[in-house]
Amino acid sequence: MLAYIIRRLIYAIPILIGVNLLTFTLFFVVNSPDDMAVSQLGDKYVTPEAIQKWKVKNGYDKPLFINDEAEGLGAVTETIFFNKSVRLFAFDFGRSESGRDITTDVSTRMWPSLAVALPTFAVGIWVNICVALMVVMFHGTRLDRWAVFVFVALMSISYLFYIIGGQYLVAKTWKLVPVSGFHSEGQIWRFLILPVLVGVVAGIGSGARWYRTLFLEEANQDYVRTARAKGASEISILFRHILPNALIPILTGVVVLIPALFMGSLLIESFFGIPGLGSYMLDAIKSQDFAIVRTMVFIGSILYIIGLILTDISYTWADPRVRLN
Amino acid sequence: MNILCASRAAIGLAAVLLLSGCGKGPWNNPHPPNPEGELVYQSMMSPAPPKHLDPAISYASDENLILSQIYESPMGYHFLKRPYELIPLGVGEDPEVTFLDAEGNEVSEDDESLAYTRYTLKVRKDAHFQPHPAFATNEQGEPLYLFESASEGAGYTQIPDFPETGHRAVKASDYAYGIKRLADPDLGSPMLSFMSQYIVGMRELTEELTGVERDGWLNLDDYTMEGLEVVDDHTLNISIHGRYPQFVYWLAMRFFSPIPPEADRFYKNPGFIDRNLTLDWWPVGSGPFMMVRNDPNSEIVLARNPHFREDYFPSEGEPGDLEAGNLADAGKRLPLVDRIVFRLEKEVLPLWTKFLQGYYDRSGENHGNTNRMFDQAFVVGPDGVEMSPEIASHGIKMDPDVKPAIYYYGFNMRDPVVGGYTEEKRKLRRALQIAFNVEEYLAIFYNGNGITAQNIIPPGIPGHLEGEAGINPYTHRWIDGEPVRRSIDEAKQLLAEAGYPNGRDARTGEPLKLFIDVQSQAIGNTQMNWMDRVFGQIGVQIEYRPADWNRTREKLLTGNTQIYSYGWIADYPDPENFLFLLYGPDGPLNCKCDGSNNSNFESEEYDELFRQVRITPPGPEREAMVARMVEIYRREAVWLYAFYPKDIYLSNPWVSNTKRHGISKATLKYINIDDELRQRKRAEWNQPVTWPLYAGALLVAAMILPGVTAYRRRQNATARRSDNN
Repeated sequence: MLAYIIRRLIYAIPILIGVNLLTFTLFFVVNSPDDMAVSQLGDKYVTPEAIQKWKVKNGYDKPLFINDEAEGLGAVTETIFFNKSVRLFAFDFGRSESGRDITTDVSTRMWPSLAVALPTFAVGIWVNICVALMVVMFHGTRLDRWAVFVFVALMSISYLFYIIGGQYLVAKTWKLVPVSGFHSEGQIWRFLILPVLVGVVAGIGSGARWYRTLFLEEANQDYVRTARAKGASEISILFRHILPNALIPILTGVVVLIPALFMGSLLIESFFGIPGLGSYMLDAIKSQDFAIVRTMVFIGSILYIIGLILTDISYTWADPRVRLN
Repeated sequence: MNILCASRAAIGLAAVLLLSGCGKGPWNNPHPPNPEGELVYQSMMSPAPPKHLDPAISYASDENLILSQIYESPMGYHFLKRPYELIPLGVGEDPEVTFLDAEGNEVSEDDESLAYTRYTLKVRKDAHFQPHPAFATNEQGEPLYLFESASEGAGYTQIPDFPETGHRAVKASDYAYGIKRLADPDLGSPMLSFMSQYIVGMRELTEELTGVERDGWLNLDDYTMEGLEVVDDHTLNISIHGRYPQFVYWLAMRFFSPIPPEADRFYKNPGFIDRNLTLDWWPVGSGPFMMVRNDPNSEIVLARNPHFREDYFPSEGEPGDLEAGNLADAGKRLPLVDRIVFRLEKEVLPLWTKFLQGYYDRSGENHGNTNRMFDQAFVVGPDGVEMSPEIASHGIKMDPDVKPAIYYYGFNMRDPVVGGYTEEKRKLRRALQIAFNVEEYLAIFYNGNGITAQNIIPPGIPGHLEGEAGINPYTHRWIDGEPVRRSIDEAKQLLAEAGYPNGRDARTGEPLKLFIDVQSQAIGNTQMNWMDRVFGQIGVQIEYRPADWNRTREKLLTGNTQIYSYGWIADYPDPENFLFLLYGPDGPLNCKCDGSNNSNFESEEYDELFRQVRITPPGPEREAMVARMVEIYRREAVWLYAFYPKDIYLSNPWVSNTKRHGISKATLKYINIDDELRQRKRAEWNQPVTWPLYAGALLVAAMILPGVTAYRRRQNATARRSDNN
């Protein structure tokens, strides 16, 4: 298995280079270094000299990909792409365009993201599986058909609606929890109730429907009929027979998400004032902070690759027949 | 067991929600308890945290809001008086102005040999910097926190982590140090290029510093700037080239704040920058407040500077201030609150909800946020816009604010269709100006929060005239005591005289089609439809070219635009700060730069008058020149339309001294809070509604019960139903 993991990690390098190249190209298609300079310097009294000085100071005074004026290898190495990318692979994220240390910011903001994402993820899976199993138990009945209808309806509603509706009802009208905010001076959980609740409720439609489909596939298998014929209770059939056998597709969809939980949620964090990595990314995009954008995309790519590897490893746990060679 | 899952979830949720009420006070209070005995002003930073807090670098209004409470520039503005009045702040008296010839001899103001103007600043003797570890010293008087390596100071991640602090009086050399920092190319101050034109020796210092090798702190006191002379601890001479009376306004900006070299050295400690311990994030000032917490992701907290000089609430204002209660705190020692908390609010909806719940004292700082929540905040009554019943029942107060700013759509005067200086072109532009009914536009799209600009200079700035004398006679008439827009028929007539009868080119018969470049986020379909309709009345077609700001800026730089949108907010209350928007040499096509004259307007008379206005002190002569320039602006019809933006700020009933100041942000030291009323109102407005918790639990139970019943029935059912049953 170790050899497999090492091989997968080596495969990750060209993927990361490709992702980095794509991010770089997409960013600079819509933003020139001059645009970035103006964005950072403000709109008033920005002279060409000031723009040039900003570019020199921040390393944006070179060509993007190919430096025609440099000789030899310098044609590639004396470029913005090379200089900005090499440091990433050394995990030196440098400073944001506004001068803050990105590593410090990421390590600080990771925790609020996790504080929201982990309970939302865990409670969400638990609720979705419970609901899906209940619906499977009544498969073919009117309850099942209504449940599918409700799932589709829940899926069709915009995530934003859940957020605004949740804030309006729970925080504004009923005044049960703060409408938004997050501070570390105790009682953090008070700020997490609403975003977690919104996250879980918003995910029930798609989550429960998906699990229902997985469980139904298993529910029609011979071993289930055999278990039922042997007199096993419905609860036992669902949890001891169907759930373990449906684990492979569940793991495929779930484990890959675990590392990405660090990245937070753009909308939830923004609306609930959670100072996490999701809102960090959103702010960076808005303020054209390429240093943060490329770092976050890079970290996101790494976490996704780790998630895929973990998924593969989890298969061996869920199904002993699987071997990673 | 699945049923158990659901019931556990319901019970868990209800328990957590009930537990949320276990603390003191309302359940939905988003703030931690205030420090015992401290009066805290609850404010917000919205929609984004500040990027820079170094006075040499920062140039955004949201950053200025924070910096203005921490730093004291040499000059400031009177809180209540209007028109805006400059007052000494960091200096004890108005700067003494001396005119010099090239040899340094004193000359009169109108002497032709005048080469320099010298401003002598007398620094206050009672001004003190805030307590800060940069001033902490050991028994030998050496700095306590100077480290050789990053590991030595690794335990300090924030300024409050340092156990020892010190403080000292502000000296003239601190102001000089702050100005030298503007010249430091390593900092990239946005003021460098502009100020280098004026302050003697600034350009040379920049060049000198450009080649300097740096290893840690560079003591700028080791370098001289010709235009700066520290006479003694409390006297500083600043020399500028020629005459520039507006320089005194620049002294009221944060760029000229005193910077202690100790702080600059402290922040250059090895490894500090990696923990964001920089002057850009932890300011060191002599103002009424000091920063005690800086988490730009969440909140910035300012506390009273214990060494702030004696400063008192003004005892006089403009007429009406006494009656409005704006002088109730006259003579009280400032600041009136102990602490200011700026919490990050990215979205308006939660911000607004918290304001109505009493958790924010005001609806906004840089924006009133009432425009986006207009329907909740106001209703249109018989007497115009009134507060909605909910707002009115809360006892909330309104503070209207006409900003010293102007938003406009300008013509590109180099454009072959709408540009040019012939009478036909003027008539074409005037026809378009008349057709664009600004009053209706503001009523529909800005909820009436704006004033049609009859003048390039907004209210509150010398040169702006009210009443009949202030109207633009080319677009309006004065009828029954108010300006009335000229009729569409007059616009059609002008259009015909311009060579476009019924909106068609008289020579080719082609319809007149115009292009408007506008930022995507600044225009919506309804606005486009409205403009299509108003220009359709005179037969003119419009095509919109929405783009992001970067692309729009590129078009302005290359002159590749016909009509563009733009805006300007004053740096200082002088007509020169608006008239320069049409100064010929500042046109992007002339200067090949980000010039301010995006219309590329050129008029020799206007340019010459502008040069004179720039160096002429206030007085009748200058007023006449400004009036003439305004007349040229109106006659040439350089802009399609313009308006002065208006904003309404709301304050909860316990907040006082909320009068808006259009220029200065250093006004939070005047804010006062009735904390007892605040606590009472918060408790009253935020009684939790608990029935949904019980209803939710019942609902879950109601969902579970049929499931349990059906499950049991199924478990107990026989495999096949008997026909006999």
